[in-house]
Amino acid sequence: MTQATLLALLSHWWRNPLQLFTLLAGLALATALWSGVQAVNAEARASYDAAAATLGEAQYERLVRPDGQPMAQATYVALRRAGWLVSPVVQGRLEGVRIVGIEPLTAPGGIGPVAPQEGADFGSFLTGEGQLFANAETAARLPDLDVIISPDIAPGTAVTDIGVAQRLLGKADLIDSLIVLPAQPRTRVPLAEIAADLTRQPAQGGSDIGRLTDSFHLNLTAFGLLSFAVGIFIVNGAIGLAFEQRRPVVRTMRALGLPLRRLILLMGAELMIFALIAGIIGVALGYVIAALLLPDVAATLRGLYGADVSGTLQLRPSWWLSGLAIALGGTALAASGALSQLARMPLLAAAQPRALAMAAGRRARLQGYAALVLLVLSAILMVTAEGLIGGFGLLAGLLIGAALALPLLLDACLNLMSKAAKSVTAQWFWADTRQQLPGLSLALMALLLAMAANVGVSTMVSSFRLTFTDFLDQRLASELYVRTDDAAQAAGLIGFAKDRVDAILPIQSTQTTVAGQPTEVFGARDHATYRDFWVFLQSTDDAWGTTFAGRTVLINEQLSRRAGLDVGDTMTLQDRDFQIAGVYGDYGNPIGQAVLGEAIFGMLYPDVAPRNYGLRMPPEDVPDFVAGLEAATGIPATQTINQAGIKSISLAIFERTFTVTTALNILTLAVAGFAILMSLLTLASMRVPQLAPAWAMGMTRRQIGWLELLRAVMLALLTALVALPLGLALAWALLAVVNVAAFGWQLPMYLFPADYARLGVFALLAAALAALWPALRLARTPPADLLKVFSNER
Amino acid sequence: MLLTVTDIQKTYQTADGPFAVLRGIDLCLAAGETLALTGESGSGKSTLLHLIGGLDTPDAGQIVLQGQDIAALDDTGRAALRRGTVGVVFQQFNLIPSLKVGDNIAFQARLAGKHDPAWAATLAEKMGLTPHLNKYPEQLSGGQQQRVAIARTLAAKPKLVLADEPTGNLDEATAGVVMDLMLQLVAETGAGLLMVTHSEALAARLSRRLHLRAGQVA
Amino acid sequence: MNVKALLLLCWMPCVATAQGFAGLGTEVDGFSVPQPNPTFHFPSDHGAHPEYRIEWWYLTANLTAADGTPYGLQWTLFRSALAPETGAGWSAPQLWMGHAAVTTPDNHYVSERLARGGIGQAGVTAEPFEAWIDDWVLQGDWQTMQMTASAPDFAYDMALTAKGPLVFHGEGGYSVKSAAGQASYYYSQPFFAITGTLQLPEGDIAVTGNAWLDREWSSQPLADNQTGWDWFSLSFDDGAKLMGFRLQQTDGENFTSATWIMPDGTTTAYADGALTATPLATNADDVPVRWRVELPARGLDVTVAAINDNAWMTTSVPYWEGPVTVTGSHAGIGYLEMTGYE
Repeated sequence: MTQATLLALLSHWWRNPLQLFTLLAGLALATALWSGVQAVNAEARASYDAAAATLGEAQYERLVRPDGQPMAQATYVALRRAGWLVSPVVQGRLEGVRIVGIEPLTAPGGIGPVAPQEGADFGSFLTGEGQLFANAETAARLPDLDVIISPDIAPGTAVTDIGVAQRLLGKADLIDSLIVLPAQPRTRVPLAEIAADLTRQPAQGGSDIGRLTDSFHLNLTAFGLLSFAVGIFIVNGAIGLAFEQRRPVVRTMRALGLPLRRLILLMGAELMIFALIAGIIGVALGYVIAALLLPDVAATLRGLYGADVSGTLQLRPSWWLSGLAIALGGTALAASGALSQLARMPLLAAAQPRALAMAAGRRARLQGYAALVLLVLSAILMVTAEGLIGGFGLLAGLLIGAALALPLLLDACLNLMSKAAKSVTAQWFWADTRQQLPGLSLALMALLLAMAANVGVSTMVSSFRLTFTDFLDQRLASELYVRTDDAAQAAGLIGFAKDRVDAILPIQSTQTTVAGQPTEVFGARDHATYRDFWVFLQSTDDAWGTTFAGRTVLINEQLSRRAGLDVGDTMTLQDRDFQIAGVYGDYGNPIGQAVLGEAIFGMLYPDVAPRNYGLRMPPEDVPDFVAGLEAATGIPATQTINQAGIKSISLAIFERTFTVTTALNILTLAVAGFAILMSLLTLASMRVPQLAPAWAMGMTRRQIGWLELLRAVMLALLTALVALPLGLALAWALLAVVNVAAFGWQLPMYLFPADYARLGVFALLAAALAALWPALRLARTPPADLLKVFSNER
Repeated sequence: MLLTVTDIQKTYQTADGPFAVLRGIDLCLAAGETLALTGESGSGKSTLLHLIGGLDTPDAGQIVLQGQDIAALDDTGRAALRRGTVGVVFQQFNLIPSLKVGDNIAFQARLAGKHDPAWAATLAEKMGLTPHLNKYPEQLSGGQQQRVAIARTLAAKPKLVLADEPTGNLDEATAGVVMDLMLQLVAETGAGLLMVTHSEALAARLSRRLHLRAGQVA
Repeated sequence: MNVKALLLLCWMPCVATAQGFAGLGTEVDGFSVPQPNPTFHFPSDHGAHPEYRIEWWYLTANLTAADGTPYGLQWTLFRSALAPETGAGWSAPQLWMGHAAVTTPDNHYVSERLARGGIGQAGVTAEPFEAWIDDWVLQGDWQTMQMTASAPDFAYDMALTAKGPLVFHGEGGYSVKSAAGQASYYYSQPFFAITGTLQLPEGDIAVTGNAWLDREWSSQPLADNQTGWDWFSLSFDDGAKLMGFRLQQTDGENFTSATWIMPDGTTTAYADGALTATPLATNADDVPVRWRVELPARGLDVTVAAINDNAWMTTSVPYWEGPVTVTGSHAGIGYLEMTGYE
């Protein structure tokens, strides 16, 4: 019995290879999409880790000489022998590459070559044979050295053993700085007794970027889930079609005495085998996608898929297993619905068109109610949602609700069109489109989700990028930042810089409490830098003007949210009332901030003297200025920060992620286009009887073919019109609800009409491409086939 | 007695309320006997056939086939009945389009575990299907397709053949040929035949006839 | 695996082929090899022997506080050479690893230091004797000595006084480690009286007790088929002491060796098979923390039990090292070290 049944089941695919192909391809593409996104997520993480490793040096307190000169190596040994857990660092530049020499036996974790790489030989690393670690791009700049490619190292940096660095940089027995490990022993001799000439340089918080990247991670995860939803829709569509096509055969086999249980078991097994095959293809495809998408391919893949020894890539089991699980799980999910429907299908329900229509009507009504409930729920959540669960609930409600509502919306739309149509052809076109809608609705839902996800994610990503660059511009506006230790140094700096830079912006601040919130108050000098670079979430017309004039104050978002203060409210500093003129975004700062004009700050806090200065100058002048400053005033380079450099490194790291996201957008659309193709091909055979009358009434096959194409594009256009607001709602939910829930601050949302237009064109193109072949096939249907419709028995 | 049907009742729920299709039908059929079920559309003849074939269950009454009350069978039992004891010839042929003619003929017998290649070949020969065994159903004419369906039913050597307007989709000449073949082969196997038809001429060729009107024996 | 663990495995000789614990097995690569019938020269042999691959200064102590609470203490300095050379600077092939630990009945505090030998951060000098890594120091003339170590969560400062002579294991300090003849130079000072203060999160605790200092160096102490060892240093209430070890082999067999030490320091060496050590119970990590130790030649049949089952050294190369109590034919205290149980 099993053999005969399997033969009958499998022969279906043998006779309909196209259906088999669409089923397998649908499953494989959904898996590939998921795997690709996973790979990109991992890539993003790797980028951030590299950024963190570069900035990681700043997360530890350091010991340096105040004059910025290197210290003797003996000082390091003396400190170690006095109980100080410190680790030496030597750095310098070679061929424009930043060489960092570390001592791996004493360095804290998270610095240096993070993971052992292929070819790493620590014996030779330690005994001075000269191995360096750098990414491929940097390695290319050091052709004469033994560089091991390691994608985890930040751009433009090569890490090596301290002995090698000393030799390369000509710093024998010298050390630039000592990293102070966070955990120190219980007994330790005071620093002054060992090395009085060293000062402690406090850790610089890398948290600004850290918080932003956390947020971006969250959003990428959301994108992963969205792509998963699109994939599941496609799997569901493919499986649904596979069952729909075989419904009559299933009925016949049961009538001939095949037990239901056996049938379901065999069909389930058949699907699982297909899912496994498609899953394997999909994972392989995802691997290819990742390889094509990701820059720095070989190196990055090594990072993504695990350590590799022989030079061939190795797939990380967790990665491909999760891909297979998605294929099998998605199939099981979709198949369980289809199989339970099959189990409930009465043996005798004749394929009466009227009954089917009634059932379809019932289903449509049900679907409408479900969509309505979900969308209303989303609307409520938009106002009330708090916390991550609420945020993701909102996302899910929006997506599923909109997808379910789409066919009804389209149907209503087409109904309107057909009423408005004047010509007979137009009327027939609209009516015929309406009739086709049920067969296409799953594919259109997938297209809707794909487009909405794209609109949502590209809005989110681009908004994020703008915010991030604005934030960097705002916070790192000055090209050079100089810390002075005392009034004499400050005076020296001003004297030296006066005629050499565009502006000197003193940075002075003090800690206080505003409305119970710990707050840092800043005094800012009247300069265009602030007006040009600071971005307000909310502000009065001339916020900086009134603030520099001493009448108003500017506060950060954190203070605004926590103290409930808004533009126009009044707050008190040193018993003096100030109106709030603006609220600015301050990503990643845990405490409140307020900015006053320099003059009024000086009056309110006469004891606070500026110690830190931002200097505006052309970025290319910075290195010479730093050298000159040291020569003239003795302020060492260690007290300056070249902010332009930090900015460009950070942006370069982020740019890679943005590129990858864009590529993924296109991939998602391609998958949705495939879903349309699949549906149209399936419908094509049913189309012949529907089109035959139109042909008989005098339309040419060519005309019919064109109309088929037009129909697909038109449906895609209507779907795109629904997808745009949905995508924007999605982006808003991500930026304003999920992000606030996760991090306590809102990312501003920007709109990118040109991007949306391009996306729309892509979607129409995808739909047109998908419809092209089916339309051609219809246009070439032999007249005999069309005639058969009329001559067939019954 | 091969088949005894006692006081069968069946009611369907429709949009206009409950509709009693069968209102107490009795009939019996001996092995080798042929019975025509006639009646207008909606008189309940197809429903009766489906109940006897285990494709549906009656609301009340008893259907005893070879001494077994089939109303008492569960889904699996009815499936076993359908593949082993009875054979149904449908008006729409209901062939499996992806299987070749030869595999279609053998399908039910294989399900029942009674496949006899020699017997299947004999049937194909008698039905004039031998040249078409490697074709797919869609490549055959309607009459040929129905001959495949009949061969499929008989290949499983059922005790009772149920036929629901087996020639309803065929033109008159073809219908005559198909009917001749079916009657001849059923007689050869010694099975009982219960055939729904609205054709007086066909009904006359069977040994007995039962006319239904509004769910009752007229 | 973190960088440091990898480094350690690399620096421990011949990691690629080693079956033995931390790569202590196999071949020699230009390093010197211990020879039978050694003659030791002191104080120079208390210092480092860079021409041998590995070497250690290994001190364990059983301590008691005023309230009777037992404590264990460890101070160890390992030397490992990438090549049989010395030199100055970062590239010198001598690497050093320090382990310090304090074991209480409820806690086990561990700290580790790593350093390179060419820059003065760690090393051993024979005259005057000083062994150090960072601020951890063991120094003195082997009659009286001082010893310190500190970590974020604990520290100690101890004074040692020798109450007996040095003791040489095996054949006059030539200690055979396998049937194939692998061997090391091995002597001990098991007669230290120790006193000092433990600084623990629980507070400062004044303690006194006995310490046992082992000196061992070699270039290939384990055979290819040996995967780890169980080492016992037991001090009995009658003043006698026992050093015994059991080397585990991949074939399930063991190689044992023992030294019976009389209270006056005279020794009897026992070759393979004289001593038997049988695990009786394991802790949650499957490390045997109760043993039956038998040396029939001495009428010894004792149960050795850990004071704290969780004396696992969470160092780059992890192992178990902790104080034990001895009951049975002889009563006493001691230390147990077990490797190869990862």
